[in-house]
Amino acid sequence: MTLRRSTAVLAAAAALALTACGGGGEEPAASPGEGTIVVGITADPTQMLPWTVTSKQAIQVLSQVYSTLLDTGESSEPVAGLADLPEVSDDGLTYTFTLSEGVTFTDGSTLDSEDVKYTFDTIMDPDSKASSASYFGSVKSVEAPDPRTVVVTLEHPDASFPSGLTGVNTGIVPSDADPATLEKTPLGSGPYAWEKRTPNQSITLARNDSYFKGTPGAAHLEFRVIPDEQSMVSALRTGSVNLTVFDNPVTAKTAGTGSVTSTPVDSLSYHVLQLRAASPVLSDVNSRLAIQCAVSRQDVVDSAALGAGEVTGPVTSPEYRSDPAAQPCPEQDLDRAREYLAKAGTPDGFTLKLMTSQGLYSTAVDEAQAIQAQLGKVGIDVQLESLDSGDYVDRWLAGDFEAAIALNGGSSDPNTMYARYFTSDGSFNTVAGYSSKSLDTLFAQGIATTDTDERAEVYSEISAELVDNAVWVWLFTPKLFVVHTSSMSGLEARTDGSYSELWKASLG
Amino acid sequence: MGRLRAVLGHTAVRRLGEALVTLVGVSLLTFVVLRVVPGDQITASYGIAAGELSPEQIASLREYYGIDQPWPVQYLGWLGGVVTGNLGVSTTSGLSVAALTAQALPNTVELAVLAILVGLALGVPGGMLAASRPGAARDGGTQVASLLSLSVPSFLLATAVATFLANQLGWYPNGEGYRTLAEDPWLNLQQMVLPAAVLGISIASPVLQTTRTAILGVRAEDFVRTAQAKGVPPGRLQVRHVLRNALIPVVTMTGLQFGFLLSGALVAEQIFAIPGIGRQTLLGLQQKEYAVVQSTVLVIAAMFVLVNLLTDVLYRVVDPRVRLR
Repeated sequence: MTLRRSTAVLAAAAALALTACGGGGEEPAASPGEGTIVVGITADPTQMLPWTVTSKQAIQVLSQVYSTLLDTGESSEPVAGLADLPEVSDDGLTYTFTLSEGVTFTDGSTLDSEDVKYTFDTIMDPDSKASSASYFGSVKSVEAPDPRTVVVTLEHPDASFPSGLTGVNTGIVPSDADPATLEKTPLGSGPYAWEKRTPNQSITLARNDSYFKGTPGAAHLEFRVIPDEQSMVSALRTGSVNLTVFDNPVTAKTAGTGSVTSTPVDSLSYHVLQLRAASPVLSDVNSRLAIQCAVSRQDVVDSAALGAGEVTGPVTSPEYRSDPAAQPCPEQDLDRAREYLAKAGTPDGFTLKLMTSQGLYSTAVDEAQAIQAQLGKVGIDVQLESLDSGDYVDRWLAGDFEAAIALNGGSSDPNTMYARYFTSDGSFNTVAGYSSKSLDTLFAQGIATTDTDERAEVYSEISAELVDNAVWVWLFTPKLFVVHTSSMSGLEARTDGSYSELWKASLG
Repeated sequence: MGRLRAVLGHTAVRRLGEALVTLVGVSLLTFVVLRVVPGDQITASYGIAAGELSPEQIASLREYYGIDQPWPVQYLGWLGGVVTGNLGVSTTSGLSVAALTAQALPNTVELAVLAILVGLALGVPGGMLAASRPGAARDGGTQVASLLSLSVPSFLLATAVATFLANQLGWYPNGEGYRTLAEDPWLNLQQMVLPAAVLGISIASPVLQTTRTAILGVRAEDFVRTAQAKGVPPGRLQVRHVLRNALIPVVTMTGLQFGFLLSGALVAEQIFAIPGIGRQTLLGLQQKEYAVVQSTVLVIAAMFVLVNLLTDVLYRVVDPRVRLR
């Protein structure tokens, strides 16, 4: 079989060579020191098996304990991790990974292809309730022909497959470990090894001296639970906590003075006004376009998020990003909104129920209120339903709403972001409330090739259909704030506040 | 004598019966409310990712979390466990609820005791001061102070005080990671100072009001005038005759407050990162861990009942008349 490296892989490799600081390098941290870096988290991590993690805290902790087959570079693109970037066969069906040599788990045992095969097979087993199972939807088989080679065969070409292997919920576990034991004592090949946990209080990790990328910068990492954000600020001020990530711009602002530094970072996630075209009141495209034209996205950013965000189009993946201005109404245009309302046969506006939640994230209700005021200007009477987070998630999953304020996760791959919403058999298509034959065709084209330019063209067509039909109104990507004390050095703040480079940081 | 014992025995049995009915009622109510509220442990732990689980995965999760059974089966299963001393397991931490409670309860009890001490230390002398000259400036002053302490929400006071101390003095022991009294008494007490003070201040007000009213009431009684006429010195009169008799409603009030504190001073525990029983309940609620919430609430209710019984016993110590009844 002829193998070739895909253009995507080449581009990523070039980016890696240029920045020279992605994964896979052998360079040691600036100054491997002593001491304990204390990382503040607001809730105790709830899942400890890598393939089940969904909570932010669990991802932060486990990303220090486990390594993944691939890592992400500075623009969130897949780069080498435990393995080099894969060689992809011409038909796009066979991915061959070569593992780095001499990688060990923190108990000293060797990490080989059998461990990778075991991990991936476990994820694909319905009994393991893996949240990462959807990444393996197109996988037919995983083979381990020799200790350093893993061969993944797909049912059909799926260019989004490698990006799924960068998440900690595909972190590699030892094939001989019992999941019940792993749940209590995680064991991986990451920069730090599991040491102990006090429920609801703290998790302590110890430096893995044989980490395959270099020597981690601190002797210990402690993840300490401080539930109240203001209390976290006080702890940072007094230096008892060294590092945390805030999503609330107000909190970040109060924290980031004096000896405490707050660094804003981009996020791939996006705030959006989800419209359900399937609901009667929004079935006419003109009604939805009227909403798009009446909304001022910049005003929403300024009023609800204190300006901490950037107006966005549908795709936030850095390599495929949509042009935020490429939509029928890039700015608020009340006259056009009224024209669309007249075309829809409701010149005086209509009543719209908008669902939001108080418990999910800090800006939700403020965004809903800003939009309520804006739509009110053209006679669209927005009735706010402010729900408890459990109620919101239930109704969101059931597609039981007309419009919803949401903060949805992004991905470095646009197919991972949107195929689940906008293909007619996607798992969230009921939630999205919109599908079309042309979108189905486009999404299929988008994963049939690994050529980045070809793919980018497909996703800009998808993006165009989504905004031209005002399927949803995409608002903005938020800023997150990596906040740390001046005693820390070598910290590299990454997109989404990821702690993937935390191992390079040390104290003093 | 035999008759007295029979009456006492009868009372004890009745009290015990009442306590049991209360506990069963509380547990039923908790059970039903938990299940009526939207969302379950699957959506709580997976969030919107729950929408990407296959039907087989969901079925498997429902079985794992024990929510695939009909309600009566779930309830009886849980109750059966409780009766045999098994309070259930927290699936998120992998620990038994009994073990979690054994860690959390002492912290809550410690905080409650300290808060009550602060409340009494401020409230009783304050009430005595106010009652010493009703209507005078000192009375008005203490009334205003007590009204203020009651009106300022404790979470606001707590956050403001903590932020001020951290910014101005660089002192915030609660960021250090919690230490129990046994592990590190000095750090533990520092960590307890702020929450105990904040809670104590909010308790001081009702204690002060009760003390004041009771003292004024007792002082108007005939035996006080008699004692005065007999020439009992003023200090001895105030303490032995007035205060001692005025203490009964104060004990009742303190018992009630203590009961509430034991149900977890949720806000203070949350803000000051004290791993107590209130936070355990809150975490259980957030994660929709039914067994954790049901069992913890039951433990709290049992404590409440116990504290009320103890308060009754205290009456008998403070007031000989009750002992005779």
